[in-house]
Formats: sequence, C-alpha cells, structure tokens
Amino acid sequence: MHELSIVSSIVDTVTESLAAYPGARVKEVRLRVGALASVVEDALQFCYGIAAEGTALEGSKLVVNVLPVVMHCVGCGEDVELEGMQSFRCPRCGEPCLDLRQGRELEIDSIEIEDGKEAA
Amino acid sequence: MTTRIVELRRGILKKNDELAAGLRASYAAAGVTVLNLVSSPGTGKTAFLEWTLTELRKRGTRVAALVGDLETDNDARRLAASGAPVRQINTHGICHLDAEMVGKHLQDWQGVELGGLDYLFIENVGNLVCPSSYDLGEAIRVVLLSVTEGEDKPLKYPTMFNSADAAVITKMDLAAPCGFDRWAALKNINEIRPGIRIFETSVKSGVGLEEWLEYLEEQRKGRG
Repeated sequence: MHELSIVSSIVDTVTESLAAYPGARVKEVRLRVGALASVVEDALQFCYGIAAEGTALEGSKLVVNVLPVVMHCVGCGEDVELEGMQSFRCPRCGEPCLDLRQGRELEIDSIEIEDGKEAA
Repeated sequence: MTTRIVELRRGILKKNDELAAGLRASYAAAGVTVLNLVSSPGTGKTAFLEWTLTELRKRGTRVAALVGDLETDNDARRLAASGAPVRQINTHGICHLDAEMVGKHLQDWQGVELGGLDYLFIENVGNLVCPSSYDLGEAIRVVLLSVTEGEDKPLKYPTMFNSADAAVITKMDLAAPCGFDRWAALKNINEIRPGIRIFETSVKSGVGLEEWLEYLEEQRKGRG
C-alpha cells in the first residue's frame, strides 16, 4: 500500500508544473502505469481524492492507462506483448524473455487544466 | 476560460530514481557491492543475513548492513551479533525502504565509510509488493522465498520476482515436513524470471550456503 505516497508525489509534481499557469485548475490527470509497476488502480483512486483536497487538483479526475508488458523476443527478433504475468515467455514461440521493453512505467502523461484567466 | 492539455511526461518516482542513481554512482566509486534483500515477513531474511555476515567476516571480508522495519531495532541487534556494523532504519509505517532513507542513514553512519566495505547488505521491509518499485541503487536485488510459503509465491507476486537478480529459497531443512514441491518452485521462479540464479539454502543444515558465498565473490570480482 504505497499508493498514498505515489498519489502525494503526483499532487506535488502537478502543483509544481502549475507555476507556469497561475490560477489554473486541474480537470484531469492522466497516468501511464505499466502492468509490472506494482500499483493498484483502485487504491490510487481511493487515495487520490484525499491527497488532492485543498489543492488545485481538488475535484479532478484521475485517468489510469495501464500498459501491458512488452518483452523483446530474441527468437522472433521482435517485441511481443505478454498476455498475462504468469509466464515471461514469448506467446508465439515459447522462448523465455529477459529483455523488458514496457511494463514498469509509472508516470504522469499529461494534465488537462482550465486557465484561471481569459485566454489572451 | 480555456481548457488545455499540458504534456508532462514526468516519472512519478523520479525523485527516488535520481537519488538511487546518485547512490549507485557512489557505491561504484567506493568499490562496494550492494545487495537489496526483499521477501515476505517471516521468510528468514534476518537469519540468512546473520549467517552471511558472520561467515563473510570470518573470511576477512568487510561487510555492513542496513535493516528496514516499521518499528523496533530487534533485527539490528540480532545482526550486530555477527560483529559487523549494522544500522536500523525505522520507517514508522511506510511499507518499503526508499533511496532517501538509505542515503540519509549512510551519510551520518558513525564509523562506517562506503570505501572501507566490500559488501553492503540492505534488508528491506518484509513486503513482496511495494519494495519492487523503489530502486535503492543496489547492484543486486535478491528475492527470498521460504519453503513454508508455498511454491506459487512467484506467480502471485510476479512484479517482485521479475525485478530480482537472484532468488534464495530458505528453510530447505523444512522442505520434507512441509511437503515442499521443489520442482514446482524452481519452475515458477523460472517462468517469472527466466534464467535467474537460484540458491536452495538452509542456515540450520548449511545446505546451499557455500554456493551463495561463491556467487557473492563472483559478483564482487565482476564489479571490481
């Protein structure tokens, strides 16, 4: 349950980035979360409202885009998407895969904000 | 009022990753091999580490350990019996160690200099989920699993097992009474982390420990 510290870090990062947009309110925060990132969406959502309270993020929506695990298969010479996390083998040829290309991401992709002032 | 999308593309754990990169560079500069030990509570990390510290010291190797727990310094006191410098990190409720906690405890550790060590062991908080997200700058992440926990643990916690560099099965002396299915355990670890080095050990019977020490030596030489 480290989701609260993750959510607090999201609030801090977004708040910092708002310095360039005085008075702006956040409507939506979009995350990219790899399937191997050890983060549970329900827990993130649960903590988000609490962490956002009293900040420019209050009332905003958290959108979590989960990225599947992608490994490079030496046998096929291609990047392959794993169907689950019970076996790190190429779903096509069965070769064990060691080279992770996607799946550990834990990042803020973008935010949707409403400017505090009329647009110039 | 205008609505706009601002691309941020910022890692949420960026601060930890940056601190960990700094630690990794300082470990490399000091020539110390750093290992991060992760497992569920009760796997026997402390007993395994106690044996490892004692044995390495007997062989003239310079070792130290940081140990993370929510509360108490019980583990640090147990490990200190080995004669190695040991420092407890109390996280006070936090379920993992992070690079900041490790950096802070290394910085003001009286009498311990990284440059004077061959190995630094970091015993993480007992938890098979959260510590997988926090890089501590370690060279080797070791995941431990005891025979009493069930052979399917790697399948239940793939995020941790997939991020490990070596796996240690502990309490092998209890394998028979527990009906431990060795082949299933080895297969499951290999499904999640193909080709990973696996050590089947018991600090009670001594099995598998010599091989573990040889591995440590290989890793240190490989980095020296």
